[in-house]
Amino acid sequence: MTGGAPAIDGGFSHLKFRDPARAAALELALASQTQALGRAPVSIMHVCGSHEQAIARFGLRAAFPPALDVMMGPGCPVCVTDVPEVDEAVALATAGVRIATYGDMLRVPGTSRSLADARAAGARVDVVYGAVQAVELARATDEPVVFFASGFETTAVATAAVVLAGPPANFSVLSAHKYIPPVMEIVAEMPGSRIEGFLAAGHAATITGWGVFERFVARHRIPVVVAGFEPLDVLAGLVRLVELIGSGEPRVENAFPRCVTRDGNRPAQDRLWRVFEPQGGRWRGIAHVPNGNLRLRDEFAAWDTRRRFDIDLASLWDHAPPSLVGQCTCGDIMAGIASPHDCALFGRECTPDAPVGACMVSSEGTCRIWHQYGGHPDLRQIRRRA
Amino acid sequence: MSQPRCVDDRITLKYGAGGGAMRALIEQIFAPGFGAVPGGVGLAEMDDGAAIPIGDRWLVITTDAHVVQPVTFPGGDIGRLAVCGTVNDLAMMGATEPLALTCAAILEDGFPRAELERIWASIRLACDEAGTTIVTGDTKVMRHGELDRIVLTTTGVGLTSRVVTDRGLAPGDVILVTGTMGDHGLAILATRTELALDTTLASDTAPINGLVRRALAAGGPGVVAMKDPTRGGLASALHEMADKSGVGIVLDERAVPIRDEARAIGELLGIDPLVVANEGKAVIGVRREVAGAVLEALRAHPLGRAAAIVGACVAERPGSVIVDTGFGRRLLVEAEGELQPRIC
Repeated sequence: MTGGAPAIDGGFSHLKFRDPARAAALELALASQTQALGRAPVSIMHVCGSHEQAIARFGLRAAFPPALDVMMGPGCPVCVTDVPEVDEAVALATAGVRIATYGDMLRVPGTSRSLADARAAGARVDVVYGAVQAVELARATDEPVVFFASGFETTAVATAAVVLAGPPANFSVLSAHKYIPPVMEIVAEMPGSRIEGFLAAGHAATITGWGVFERFVARHRIPVVVAGFEPLDVLAGLVRLVELIGSGEPRVENAFPRCVTRDGNRPAQDRLWRVFEPQGGRWRGIAHVPNGNLRLRDEFAAWDTRRRFDIDLASLWDHAPPSLVGQCTCGDIMAGIASPHDCALFGRECTPDAPVGACMVSSEGTCRIWHQYGGHPDLRQIRRRA
Repeated sequence: MSQPRCVDDRITLKYGAGGGAMRALIEQIFAPGFGAVPGGVGLAEMDDGAAIPIGDRWLVITTDAHVVQPVTFPGGDIGRLAVCGTVNDLAMMGATEPLALTCAAILEDGFPRAELERIWASIRLACDEAGTTIVTGDTKVMRHGELDRIVLTTTGVGLTSRVVTDRGLAPGDVILVTGTMGDHGLAILATRTELALDTTLASDTAPINGLVRRALAAGGPGVVAMKDPTRGGLASALHEMADKSGVGIVLDERAVPIRDEARAIGELLGIDPLVVANEGKAVIGVRREVAGAVLEALRAHPLGRAAAIVGACVAERPGSVIVDTGFGRRLLVEAEGELQPRIC
């Protein structure tokens, strides 16, 4: 259907980012490309809270053709931080160790308690804006400071950089960092998965390069388009993705060439893989993800919290788990099997004020984003004038 | 999302935020048992004020308690806020010539006299601008720590020959705002944040009764609903108007006037300018045929230069506010709880 060479550059780099006239043209193209497939639904997954933010904030779903189902997958690093990882941080904090972490991590539920609960009970938990700030906290004291680090490969590079810079001996990293490419394989292979294309996160790809997805496409024959975060970036990426689905020739395309190259940021990758190694581990609500967790290599054991401390998770067993947790459907939502509107707790017992599940905690979480922007009722028929 | 809810066992900050939680508190605790005002507007209507019929006119009465931190902020102080809040609530009911105000002051032990004098100078100035005066008041001083510095409570009365409620919208009506949105709330938040923002953004605190008088003169009976977008901002004002009128409101996001500074601070703090307070603005619903005349009248007034038509009422989705972003459409949600700059 497309013919010719892939539009690696040219078209995309000329996008003006917030031009409704161009958006209208892309929306028309998206409708006709989707219709040309002649079936419904056409299911596309993106794996980034920032993409969901853009889609929800600009109301793009009301402009998508009804046959196109764009869902958010496990794209919120805070949300996929597994319960035992939170428990490790809570146990350390409860034992009196000072914890530094990102603000979003405070209220992520563990087995029985969150870091916010621990802090309310007297534990010392500092909110930091970055890894460097956590190191500064450690430099200002003699006591141990544990940086509870979350984030995908983008954020992990910042953690790697401070470790390579030789932080003080009282600093250590409790890594909950995750690596996105392996989880795409897991989600694509889930029984009943109808995902026909992935919209990949532009900022992560600035580090990894778009080439990182070539192996995935070869194995699963599902196209991947790397896209940016302005509404036109998202629309242009989706148009290209639906075109690729229709072409029957899956490949990786870069719809974010103003930032992303095939090879990515080599110095950043060097730092990332010098400090971290991929290990298998559970992602909350998803599954065991081979190579999905980033853990510190032996060489940096001196700064690895897990090797420095004997973490006693049994100390948490005295606290009963919150009663509503059993009803939380964050896992199904992140796997693309359910939407927040399918959850009995969404917007009722589970709100940003009183979150039950991790997806309502983080500003990158599907539930939190839907709550902020009114979910996505079908507003296609509403027109400006009565 | 204005779903019915039950007030919690403890009254927390969210019940003072001007959104659905506060309306539930009024409905379930404050309003029951006070009955209606025959031929007028009472507490159960939860409008900007009450209207009591007297002969062929109505006495409009409203009351406001004011707390603000910091007490003096860019563009105003608690004194100016106390006068404007009450004058503007009267105007939103159609009473644009306030007869008089009362003012009660509760002070914390040790409050500086000089600061109090500055606040009262500001009250006098605002009264002059609004064409009204303070005729009675009350004074209390509390022990140190029993309140945060100062609370002012003002009550205002005015007469009107036509009451304008916040529930008169019908499909096809047009929504105007009298100026830029979000200035007050974001100016205050910018002073509070630990990021110590250096900005020229100032609060819009002003008495707009004169401006509203112009709009009413230009639109006549075609002006069908008014509300001042104070706590909860434009989002809460539109939600209440849509809900009470039984219409959907489609807001054209790109038509909403927002200062560049407000937009930038909002993006930085992660707070939408549409959910923060304005203290010198009105949302006015008009019949389509008078929209042009009302807009022209507003723009001719110094406080209405940035007035704009921002939306329209539809029969679909009554009670909802739909944002047309120019790229698509979504629902506008009211802010829940205390507005917190994002921490991450």
